[in-house]
Amino acid sequence: MLALEFPPLSHIVNWPGFGGTDGAWYEVNKVVLVYAFAVILTILVFALGNKKRLVPTGMQNVAEMAVEFVEDGIVMETMGKEGIKYTPYLLSLFFFIFFTNIFEVIPIIQMPASARIALPLFLALLTYVIYHGAGVRSHGFGYLKHALVPPGVPIALLVLVIPIEFISKFLVQPFSHTVRLFANLLAGHILLVTFAILTSGLLVPKWYAVFTPLPLIGVIFFTAFEVLVSVLQAYVFTLLTGVYINAAQSHEH
Amino acid sequence: MLLAEITNKGLAALTYGLGAIGPGIGIGYLVGQAVQAMARQPEAAGMVRTTMFLGIAFVEALALIGFVVFFLAGN
Repeated sequence: MLALEFPPLSHIVNWPGFGGTDGAWYEVNKVVLVYAFAVILTILVFALGNKKRLVPTGMQNVAEMAVEFVEDGIVMETMGKEGIKYTPYLLSLFFFIFFTNIFEVIPIIQMPASARIALPLFLALLTYVIYHGAGVRSHGFGYLKHALVPPGVPIALLVLVIPIEFISKFLVQPFSHTVRLFANLLAGHILLVTFAILTSGLLVPKWYAVFTPLPLIGVIFFTAFEVLVSVLQAYVFTLLTGVYINAAQSHEH
Repeated sequence: MLLAEITNKGLAALTYGLGAIGPGIGIGYLVGQAVQAMARQPEAAGMVRTTMFLGIAFVEALALIGFVVFFLAGN
């Protein structure tokens, strides 16, 4: 695959399983470990935030701030009051994606699990089922009409509008939802690997070794940038989930 | 004299570059307008920021699809 044929770069898409589990359905590799870590950390956030003490201390403070951020910044902004019941789902989505992303910049591990399309695809399909489910529950069989026929369109144009709405709502939405997370993280990972390879490649006893600091600065700068991207992509994925659920169940036409 | 050889990989890279023009202009315009709105009405900054990220997410998807196509076509 293009640039990925270059040996060190191909290592970022090939991970052998540990301890002879290679190729089996229960294969344990780097990515599976990152999933496991992310699940454990997400459960920790819930467990620590669940201690109901009136005056919060330590980790409870952090967890409550996080819940408030998701509730005020995402749920209330996109769905309003009737979306409060989706807070647990959006909260776990935000933290799970954030923790799988942030492993991209943690030294030694440096493996964003979302750079493999399986995880973003699974999350996007889960969200797809949930928001269409919410739409059907809220509108019954009228959901198809609600989803496909925008209000105020002349009858003659419906021939054109319905197929466009169908393709964008039922086919393109989950695809772009997946690709947005996956491609952002893969691009970031390739960027970091490229600068790291450049740095180590310049460390030779030749005159051009004087240029080594340049890609090194690149590695440091883009590591900081990827921290921002990790948070932002988790935020955007969760925000879009909220927007899709709201569009499916809203009644204001 | 052969200046450049047209290969699948070269075309894929070129196509990604072309595909990044539109979203580049789009995101620049979008964020610029959002900053203007925030400067005029600082009390609405929160709402503007949410909408801005939403818009960026939709525009950015085009560039990212180009990035994926770059890998698929460059085979």
